[in-house]
Amino acid sequence: MAAVEHASAGGAPKVAIFNDPRIRGAAIQILLVVLIVFLIWGMVSNAATNLARAGIASGFGFLNVTAGFGINISPFVEYSETSSYGRVYLVGLQNTLVVAITGIILATVVGFIVGIARLSTNWVVSKLAYAFVEVMRNIPLLLWIFIWYFSVLRLLPDKAAPIDFGPFGLLNIAGYYAPKAVFGPGAGWIGLALLAGILASIVIYRWARAGLIVGLPLVAYVLTGFPLSFELPTTSRFGPRGGARIYPEFLGLLVALSFYTAAYIAEIVRAGILAISHGQTEASYALGMRRGHTLRLVIIPQAMRVIIPPLTNQYLNLTKNSSLAVAIAYPDLVSVFAGTTLNQTGQAVEVLLMTMLTYLALSLLTSLFMNWFNAKMALVER
Amino acid sequence: MANSVSPAAAAAAAYVRRDMAPAEPPPITEAGVIGWMRKNLFSSIPNTILTLFSIYLVWIIVPPLLQFGLFNAVWTGLDRSACTNAAQGGLQPAGWFGACWPYVGAYVEQFIYGRYPKGEYWRVNAVFFLFAAGLVPILMPRLPYKGLNAAYLFGVFPVAAFVLLTGGHISLDGFLLPNFVLAPSFAKFIVDFAVLAALVALVAFGIARGTESPAWPMVRGVLMAMGVLLAVLLVFAADLGLSHVETEVWGGLLVTLVIAVTGIVASLPLGILLALGRRSQMPAVRLFCVIFIEFWRGVPLITVLFMSSVMLPLFLPEGVTFDKLLRALIGVALFSAAYMAEVVRGGIQALPKGQYEGAMALGLSYWQMMQKIILPQALKLVIPGIVNSFIALFKDTTLVLIIGLFDFLGMIQSSYTDSKWASPVQSLTGYLFAALVFWAFCFGMSRYSLFMERRLDTGRR
Repeated sequence: MAAVEHASAGGAPKVAIFNDPRIRGAAIQILLVVLIVFLIWGMVSNAATNLARAGIASGFGFLNVTAGFGINISPFVEYSETSSYGRVYLVGLQNTLVVAITGIILATVVGFIVGIARLSTNWVVSKLAYAFVEVMRNIPLLLWIFIWYFSVLRLLPDKAAPIDFGPFGLLNIAGYYAPKAVFGPGAGWIGLALLAGILASIVIYRWARAGLIVGLPLVAYVLTGFPLSFELPTTSRFGPRGGARIYPEFLGLLVALSFYTAAYIAEIVRAGILAISHGQTEASYALGMRRGHTLRLVIIPQAMRVIIPPLTNQYLNLTKNSSLAVAIAYPDLVSVFAGTTLNQTGQAVEVLLMTMLTYLALSLLTSLFMNWFNAKMALVER
Repeated sequence: MANSVSPAAAAAAAYVRRDMAPAEPPPITEAGVIGWMRKNLFSSIPNTILTLFSIYLVWIIVPPLLQFGLFNAVWTGLDRSACTNAAQGGLQPAGWFGACWPYVGAYVEQFIYGRYPKGEYWRVNAVFFLFAAGLVPILMPRLPYKGLNAAYLFGVFPVAAFVLLTGGHISLDGFLLPNFVLAPSFAKFIVDFAVLAALVALVAFGIARGTESPAWPMVRGVLMAMGVLLAVLLVFAADLGLSHVETEVWGGLLVTLVIAVTGIVASLPLGILLALGRRSQMPAVRLFCVIFIEFWRGVPLITVLFMSSVMLPLFLPEGVTFDKLLRALIGVALFSAAYMAEVVRGGIQALPKGQYEGAMALGLSYWQMMQKIILPQALKLVIPGIVNSFIALFKDTTLVLIIGLFDFLGMIQSSYTDSKWASPVQSLTGYLFAALVFWAFCFGMSRYSLFMERRLDTGRR
């Protein structure tokens, strides 16, 4: 009522000072900033006194100090006991990326197969897929890792009598021995041809994509005189010799991670396919397309738009979950850096900060890439 | 037809059938089990191959599992000799491979209570019972008195559980005034609390004056809140004759449930605040909430647990220590608050704009609008989401074993070191048992979430 009188008198309505939204907003925000600054300042000063008292150095100088412990798995980065902690970080990051990328590929393949199988008209297939999903995702991932690593892989035969997969290598309790690629002189041309094939198929991307990627390296392979051969592992009394050994830690982690994530991806795929109206399927059948073609050319491309955002989340989850490697001593980032390095140097703040920021950066990069991919897929829509 | 033909003609044509022929059964290939199988399993060659392949998969997984868990399993026994073969010093024939259930039986108390003192198991049981008594009715949408029920579950139960599990009797000896004014004692605590209450009431009075609203209701509300807080602290401090139980001896399912339930209960209010902050008009608040949420969502829980167990003690002033469980709880609560914030934000964003406009048109303030209009609807919408986050948190609780707490899985892991039951099948049996328990819990919860989803769905259409 008072406000009406003021308004009719021509002046702005007079309100109490805290009832002005701008002043109140500013006050709350200033209060919040002051509170946060105060908290951070308190934490930093406490940390400084505590570290000084415990005699722990601070700063990132430790990255150049010799680590002095061995890491058994390091496929790409050179590492020895005399390497520095900075190198340990690189080895850990490399192992995290290796298991995350292979896990993502495997989980996507298995997830799509199971998701489509759940919608199959074949009763056995759909029930089996349902059972897979419910068993996989209702048991904690850490327990899965333990089950695969400590129980299932331990049931494999011992070193002297591996399971023989013929040209695909050997499998025993000490790991999987894959055929190892041996490059002769001129093998670089194959890699160049592969690169050229990929580039060319991006440029002329509607035409013969797979043909170029497979064909060009093949041509190069023949022209350079077969410089690439595979060294098969052989059995012996003291375990397999030769080949590329893949450690059971990696296998257990990879299988657990990708099957667990595959169950979630399967549900996402199923939901995505169900979101496409049945009319699309019927129209496609009316055009005379077979089921496989309908699924591949009509349903999946449309369902992808629904699938990609939650799929991104699953990829991020898988990457973050790969940190559970620490439980079975697969030397990933958390295991060798946030674990061993932290224990040896005691520099908890720096080490954990670096680890967390690395994961944060990986998450942001993955979601940026998937957002770009999503935008590209969305363009198909009219 | 038959009626239109004259009787004479019909009689003449003896070959004309008078009665309906009995219905033939459908061809055996089209109906019944065989028809169903033909249609659903063997309709085409690829389909047949798929069926056979699936059956093969089932064949290589299920029978060995049943063999191990049921048919070959040992059900009674006193020590490892029951579950090992002769070469390993046991009673089983060579080549025997089955689950060792007596080992689980011998350890089941530890799997539930950890190393909690045996004589005090009733306290844990009482907490489980009190929790179930609050939880079951709140999960059934048909039952009335949801408000009272929630007040019990989120107000009375945590206090009772804390007192029962730890034994209560915490010492209160003041926190505010410097020690030279008054020696640390219970009396000092009361004086300190009175001073604090007076200060808070003064601030409330100032705000009320600043907003030109009546001062008394606000001051009264603040004083009542402080009174409740004092009552809770007094209950914590009261000596009820319960012996003190360190959190270090807690373990098993107890720790799993304590972490999961505390995590979800603490993350709900935090998550609501963060979700509101993320949709706030105030840039500083919004920025803070976005950074907070995205940071916790971007890092793995295990690094959060490392942080809370290694880094948190560094950030605290000298002399202040938290026990390990509490530090893990803080980490889990902050982590799940970020996820909860996104769940709640989903619900808030799902509400049509008219709800906000209607509330504002009625002249409600921001908090009135949120409390009375937006949040009740939004939270109801996201009940399935909350249950799903609870399932995720329940499963993630297993990670605390990496920082050295003994949750359910941690107890099972640690039982493997006991030589009394050491056998080649011990770990497999333990994991099978853990998997069955987790599966039952999580599957049950996900069914409930589906049930609520369906129920809420029909409610909105």
